[in-house]
Amino acid sequence: MTRRLAFWPLMLVLVVLTVLSVVASLAFGSESIPLADVVAAVTDRLEGAPAGRWDVIVWELRLPRALMAVVVGAGLAVAGAGMQTLVRNPLADPYLLGISSGASVGATAAITTGALAGFGVYAVSGGALLGAVGSALLIFMIATAQGGLTPLRLVLSGVVLSSGLSAIASLLVFLSDDTRAANSVMFWMLGSVGGATWEKLWIPAALVVVLAAGMLAVHRWLDALAAGPETAAALGVNVAGIRTGLFIGLSVLVGVLVAVSGGVGFVGLIIPHAARLVVGARHRVVLPVAAAAGGLFLIWVDVLARMAVRPQEIPLGVVTGVLGAPLFLLLMGRVQYRFGGDR
Amino acid sequence: MTALRLDGVAAKLGGRTVLAGVDLDVPDGTRLGIVGVNGAGKSTLLRVLAGVLHPSTGTALITDGHDGLADLRRVPARERARRVAYVPQEDLTAAELRVGEMVALGRVPQTRPWSRGGSTELGLVRDALDAVGLADRIDTACDQLSGGEKRRAVLARGLAQACPVMLLDEPTNHLDVAWQLNLLDVFAARARTLVATVHDLDLALRFFDRLAVVGWPPGADPATAPAGIVAFGPPAEVLSTAHVAAHFGVGSVQVPHPQRDQLHLLIHHREDASPR
Repeated sequence: MTRRLAFWPLMLVLVVLTVLSVVASLAFGSESIPLADVVAAVTDRLEGAPAGRWDVIVWELRLPRALMAVVVGAGLAVAGAGMQTLVRNPLADPYLLGISSGASVGATAAITTGALAGFGVYAVSGGALLGAVGSALLIFMIATAQGGLTPLRLVLSGVVLSSGLSAIASLLVFLSDDTRAANSVMFWMLGSVGGATWEKLWIPAALVVVLAAGMLAVHRWLDALAAGPETAAALGVNVAGIRTGLFIGLSVLVGVLVAVSGGVGFVGLIIPHAARLVVGARHRVVLPVAAAAGGLFLIWVDVLARMAVRPQEIPLGVVTGVLGAPLFLLLMGRVQYRFGGDR
Repeated sequence: MTALRLDGVAAKLGGRTVLAGVDLDVPDGTRLGIVGVNGAGKSTLLRVLAGVLHPSTGTALITDGHDGLADLRRVPARERARRVAYVPQEDLTAAELRVGEMVALGRVPQTRPWSRGGSTELGLVRDALDAVGLADRIDTACDQLSGGEKRRAVLARGLAQACPVMLLDEPTNHLDVAWQLNLLDVFAARARTLVATVHDLDLALRFFDRLAVVGWPPGADPATAPAGIVAFGPPAEVLSTAHVAAHFGVGSVQVPHPQRDQLHLLIHHREDASPR
């Protein structure tokens, strides 16, 4: 008999914790603000009261940043869960399809060559988005031309394309003489939500909601697909159609997430597994739990990234790796875990 | 009335034609057994009947519920899965699912993709698990089952689908003797029409109304030529000594059971031949 946590109480706890964490995280930063003042600054805004002393830091800088961490964490967790179902592989993460490598080529090109400078502050994001969409399209065309979006073909072409694109990104950095450019490329690749503003928040937030809702609307078909393509077909599920839908949805979501936050590794790999460990593998429960847990996790990752070596900020990918690896190994050791029948 | 029909069907796997010239009529209410040596194409034939593999030539037809027949290609997958339950050989790989959750997948064709299931579904799942003797394992993780229990759990998913036509690919694999005897009866009691592939010719002789042997005509090279249905009819005729020798490469004799009114098939080495 496997032990599991009940879904609704767990969701309630995760959501309450996330809201509390968003508020609490506003106190941390290069300037420490007392928690009471943070709450006052937020409530002043919500009540339309005149702006206080901390208004700009709390409302214009830290709140969008905290919310962006929630959005990116939730989005990566949902995308990771979807990707693991699409390719039926426990090692799959949101960046599997070469999307992050494509994005890094685009972003690197934007940083080192100054192309897209016309986009101003959106140059790097724009380059990343172009690169991500380009690589996803490339994988789609390669896989379709060779016979369809089958798991093995997606995994292999994704891995191969990733290393090819990473090489191109490295070459671009190498050819550029600007060491500052190399630094910012490196920082970008490891991820940050430091550039978050209210304007940048809406598109990724809406996409995460739409994609998560869309996947929840077909959660039974996803369960059938995870059980195997032959089984899913026998159960009347349109396997090719749902694979194509997942592929397109995940590509767009991950492309946009990478564009706003760079490549935050590990979240999309471990959070879905952690969710399955505690609530079982049905998508109806995995997707919401993974989304909430991913958001909660990334808020505190971002706080750590700001606080660990003040006033320097370290990239999110560094923190998720250092924190996530031991956490997950611990969790995996405590609970019997299987994926696709493998122990 | 016909439940399923194949007209001049050929089927390809990975670009190679593995079945050709297959005509088959499965009347409503029959139990059809499909037998043949390893690699003859029994599973492929079943997949064509199930509509998950479309024929490369010819047509696969399914009853429209009245007197007519519909081309399986034109029947929407969901509609097809409400009429035909197909349980493939594909091993149980449901990730971190409990037995009850895996069996509930059988309700996918009947429910909305966002549905949460509910008590009706739970009742059907319990009923299906009860029929295969796993009622007490509903909350067990799938991978804690033994090989035979897994096979029964997957078959329970087919029962939960509650279709008039059920197609089973080697349902008796991994099962102990009691379940080998019982399992097909369980399905026969719940399906109007039952088609199954089996390896146990003795079981096939006693259980089915009709048998189809998938294999190669005399003189054809199994390595290159596509297989087809080489014998079809009542089991006692299809499993005659001459047919079994020709299609399975073993000697055999049908003998009456000393205490019961039924025939059994005894199988022995054939001195003059090597396995094909």
